[in-house]
Amino acid sequence: MTTLPSTKEKSEELTSSDHQHSDHRLFGLITFLVADGMTFAGFFAAYLTYKSVNPLLPDAIYELELPLPTLNTILLLVSSATFHKAGKSLEAANSKQCQRWLLITAGLGIAFLISQMVEYFTLPFGLTDNLYASTFYALTGFHGLHVTLGSIMILIVWWQARSPGGRITNVNNFPLEAAEIYWHFVDGIWVILFIILYLL
Amino acid sequence: MSISLPPANENTSNSLQPTGWLRFISFSLDHKVIGLQYLVCGFLFYLIGGVLAGAIRIELLSPISDFLARDVYNQVLTLHGTIMIFLWIVPVVNGAFGNYLIPFYVGARDMAFPRLNAVAFWMIPPAGLMLITSYFINGAAQSGWTAYPPLSITTPAAGQIVWIVSVLLLGGSSIFGGINFIATILKLRRPGLKLMQLPMYCWAMLGTSILVVLSTPVLAGTLILLSFDIVAHTGFFNPALGGNVIVYQHLFWFYSHPAVYIMVLPAFGLVSEILPVHCRKPLFGYTTMVYSIMGIVVLGLVVWAHHMFTSGTPPWMRLFFTIATSFIAVPTGIKFFNWVATLWGGRISLNSAILFSCGFIVNFVLGGITGVALAQVPFDIHVHDTYFVVAHFHYIVYGGSVFVIFSSIYHWYPKFTGKMLDEKLGIIHFALTFIGFNLCFAPQHWLGLNGMPRRVAEYDPQFTLVNQISSVGALLMAISTLPFLWNILYSFIKGEKAGNNPWQALTPEWLTTSPPPVENWPGEAPLVTKPYGYGANHSNENNPPITQA
Ligand code: HEM
Ligand SMILES: [Cu+2]
Repeated sequence: MTTLPSTKEKSEELTSSDHQHSDHRLFGLITFLVADGMTFAGFFAAYLTYKSVNPLLPDAIYELELPLPTLNTILLLVSSATFHKAGKSLEAANSKQCQRWLLITAGLGIAFLISQMVEYFTLPFGLTDNLYASTFYALTGFHGLHVTLGSIMILIVWWQARSPGGRITNVNNFPLEAAEIYWHFVDGIWVILFIILYLL
Repeated sequence: MSISLPPANENTSNSLQPTGWLRFISFSLDHKVIGLQYLVCGFLFYLIGGVLAGAIRIELLSPISDFLARDVYNQVLTLHGTIMIFLWIVPVVNGAFGNYLIPFYVGARDMAFPRLNAVAFWMIPPAGLMLITSYFINGAAQSGWTAYPPLSITTPAAGQIVWIVSVLLLGGSSIFGGINFIATILKLRRPGLKLMQLPMYCWAMLGTSILVVLSTPVLAGTLILLSFDIVAHTGFFNPALGGNVIVYQHLFWFYSHPAVYIMVLPAFGLVSEILPVHCRKPLFGYTTMVYSIMGIVVLGLVVWAHHMFTSGTPPWMRLFFTIATSFIAVPTGIKFFNWVATLWGGRISLNSAILFSCGFIVNFVLGGITGVALAQVPFDIHVHDTYFVVAHFHYIVYGGSVFVIFSSIYHWYPKFTGKMLDEKLGIIHFALTFIGFNLCFAPQHWLGLNGMPRRVAEYDPQFTLVNQISSVGALLMAISTLPFLWNILYSFIKGEKAGNNPWQALTPEWLTTSPPPVENWPGEAPLVTKPYGYGANHSNENNPPITQA
């Protein structure tokens, strides 16, 4: 639980590996995600306020197409599951399988980004068209940035999970765990975003 | 019971770190070095912010805009506010004292994330320098520290963008610091040390860091949207493009009201450390102090719209925010009475540290009273955006936080340097600051009540005399810095040796050498479970006798 071992005997088994810190680091990561989540909360609050107090002119209202974003939602949800599988494989010390699942996860993330780009290019409005359009791009863009970073992280974890030679093993699994928590967070945000932006 | 502690950051072996004074300009990972970096850096920015304040007060000597052109005045005012808040008070009450003291208080050898800690500090100097150089290159931002649109969208873009980037960096630094404090206090406590045994400053920093983590990101998001409005001509906050300025105000104050507590809660904590030592009594009402801090944290998050009573805020909202804001006076009042009760009947040594702390108590009460008055809509409508508000918040940020920073420097300087400060100079410093401060800001209540708007370079001639009185007070404050500067520089070289524990204090930072060694204690960390056990026989197993190790 802490870097400070509670008994003398314990202090001897804690060696220089950074494994002993993993608990604080996860705690720190979660605190960071709370902060990150607050940024999104601010954006959502702004969007909902605009929607209720700044009504748009009729010609500025578009119906968003649902198929592509629904596909995106499925991509991300599945990728959360595949990441979970990767973690389980690592626990079972099966690096090969872990790497395979990681690659699938990264692939799904990148597929999400591509499909998001396709949506951007087919939308009938641009960033500065009106308040609604600007907020739409700000929210999805900020989320897309998170997915981009996440995909890069997954690829790094994938490379480090190679065996032999990689730094990530079932003893030192912190980077994988961290990336996984982050990825679930990004997926969760997407679900909220999908509901607020597309369904409401 | 004794426990051996492994070094906190083995991977980052301290032998690779520079030693001597070079440490202080390096990417050091030692929490004490980082703390002092924050302190010195913050103080340098304070001097710059002070020069800007001087320029403002010179301009306001006369009712016409003669010393500074109007747009220069606006830039100076914006820089003054931004520097004092984001580069002086926030980094010093949190970063400086927090980094120095929190690891001691939880019995750790360093912060939870030493590297993140160093990164957080090193984001500050570039942000500050950028902000200041923008004044000389394209002109600094002109829309005040609040950067309200549409003003911030219509004033020259270059300065405003630099301002945004700089505040984003400072906000990021503050968030990293907050994460580090929360993790250190909750996760790095030495085994056997319970939360309710921690020195009060730990609680204050825990509460503050929660506010930082919850509210600063909202400011960051808001400023990103604002920069889109300026650069990409979106219309989030631009009414000309269908946007909504009120949304900006809500988001901004959702951060910036908590920000006032980010500036003052740590000061509450520091005062709670200083008073018991110098009046030899336990801190009165420890538990109520803890609950009031947490009460302030919760309430502090739901009062922001008291800054917006004149922004077309609907009646129900005014009602809610008036009530919530008035409620904050309760936990705040509890803390005030606890400090008074701590002093009551104590053996007070009237030194510079306690004088500044007592000055804080007096000023803070006055600022708190005007705060409660401002929370009442019918009154606020009259004085909003007048000098009354300026007086209110200076009583709190200067009379409160800055007084506490000085008090803390007098209290901890012996620990930081191993040398005592000169008491005579300290008392002169206090007298000049206290008189100068009150002379400068008390008259501003009158100015505001009589209708002088804030943030203007020109004013109605009937206010001339009172403004001149205020400027004389500012001059005294500027002069008061001289004995202080002389004192810290001279004492560093020629000061009397302090020894390990000149104040006979019981908190853990005093139970080691002055200055402390790299990992805080030459041997084991002491387990201090009664940090305020003054006046009792505290030399027991849990509270080792004070020895000069
Ligand atoms: C008893 C607690 C407090 C109450 C009830 C209170 C209330 C208020 C209210 C209602 C205003 C808005 C006035 C207006 O613009 O018309 C205000 C402004 C302000 N207060 Fe307080 N306040 C309190 C404590 C504090 C503290 C602890 C700080 C800082 C450490 C602080 C700093 C400020 C600042 C900086 C402003 C002006 C912001 C601006 O417009 O630039 N206040 N306060
Ligand atoms: Cu406020």
